[in-house]
Amino acid sequence: MSAPIKPKTGIKPALNRRTALAGLAALATGACSKIAESDTGRAVAKAAENWHRVAHRSLASRQALAREYTRAERSPTFKGNGTVRIADEAYQASLESGFTDWKLEVHGLVDAPLSLSMDDLRGMKQRTQITRHDCVEGWSAIGEWTGPQLSDVLDMALVQDGANFIVFRCADSLAGGEYYESVDMIDAYHPQTIIAHMLNGEPLPQKNGAPLRMRIERQLGYKHPKYLTAIEAVASFDDVLGGKGGYWEDRAGYQWYAGI
Amino acid sequence: MKKHAFSTRIWHWINAISLIILFMSGLNISNAHRYLYWGDYGFDKADAWLSVIRFPDWATIPGSYNLAEARDWHTIFAWPFAIALLFMWVAMLVNRHFKNDLTTTRAEWKPSAVWKDIVSHAKLNFDHDPAHGKYNFLQKFSYGFVLGVMLPLMIFTGLAISPGFEPAAPWMVDILGGRQSARSIHFIMAFGLFAFFVVHIALVLVTGPIKQLKDMITGGKA
Repeated sequence: MSAPIKPKTGIKPALNRRTALAGLAALATGACSKIAESDTGRAVAKAAENWHRVAHRSLASRQALAREYTRAERSPTFKGNGTVRIADEAYQASLESGFTDWKLEVHGLVDAPLSLSMDDLRGMKQRTQITRHDCVEGWSAIGEWTGPQLSDVLDMALVQDGANFIVFRCADSLAGGEYYESVDMIDAYHPQTIIAHMLNGEPLPQKNGAPLRMRIERQLGYKHPKYLTAIEAVASFDDVLGGKGGYWEDRAGYQWYAGI
Repeated sequence: MKKHAFSTRIWHWINAISLIILFMSGLNISNAHRYLYWGDYGFDKADAWLSVIRFPDWATIPGSYNLAEARDWHTIFAWPFAIALLFMWVAMLVNRHFKNDLTTTRAEWKPSAVWKDIVSHAKLNFDHDPAHGKYNFLQKFSYGFVLGVMLPLMIFTGLAISPGFEPAAPWMVDILGGRQSARSIHFIMAFGLFAFFVVHIALVLVTGPIKQLKDMITGGKA
């Protein structure tokens, strides 16, 4: 151990070990942010995201099912996250009336645009599945969902060949931006992709997206939009809101393919 | 004959860089939901077996809370990490580094022998019986445990947390005890590796850091 260095009179030692360490770490992580925010950084991140999508779909079949659980394995409650209440008067009135006036529009690149009521959706062939919901934050909840398959709705609307993505429009806004999401045609036609109107045998609670929410079972929670008002077939997202295919994708740079 | 084979050195440095980025971006991701659970589900902190501290900005990548960017770093660097580990295992089996240097004999597992090793380590005496090979028991055990258990478990638990990967290998989630268990094991192993990292660096520092570092770059003399 060498002798302590005597500070020159009148000058406080500028560095102690802790600030030096923090400085080093900040230097490293500062460089990391610069890399991540560069065009190359973004391109690498996007390439990795596409690669993960391709890898997942090569390892399992495109139609491979997410695990389904038994009733006994459900979580006692189902967490609501993001928007859990819509203050809007029209929505609250609709909620009061049991959503008898709610309409789900199906439009965009379709030959037969639809406007479906809750009764129309309940009258279609139903699928019930008990699945695990994984939030990007890390938590999971398990619930039983019931509703028609999106594929049946798309077949009814006669989706055109030029459609590459299905965009979901929602009644809720977060921090001033309207929520929306999108999937490609593989996930749109996946058997577990349903328009859920029931959770655990009851109509959807408000916190979980009443009256309708999408289930996109092989992706993280932010891909499952709630308070669904419209389904739109599009060729690309270029003209859809922020252009990145979803609320969190536009706003915070979340990955569009959320399989990890 | 080099002290460290070329394959060992290249893996060591790819692994070191990847692990540091994975660990620090992992701390940023942990800040998104600081509770760990066992089983398939978990979202209520009342059910958590551990409430994790909020990791300070200087310890995370990026240097402030940003889940999207942290996830980009994490999922990108998982690739060099996993591929390099696979490469290291193949190289280690082919060049017999594993058989010659890392496998232990039954005699080495005798409690009295292990204790002797611990005592001499505590006295900072790192000379050991060359009859037992290049490494002493504690080195063999910790390198073997890191390479054979902890690093592979990071990969398997990481894959098991991914909802897009799960349909390809649902059994992986099962043997780990459910997604939230896999997430907990991922976290525990990360800190196990961090503990290894601290001891590893400390031992390098007390055994001549310049030479050790040089040898891990140039290969050194056996």
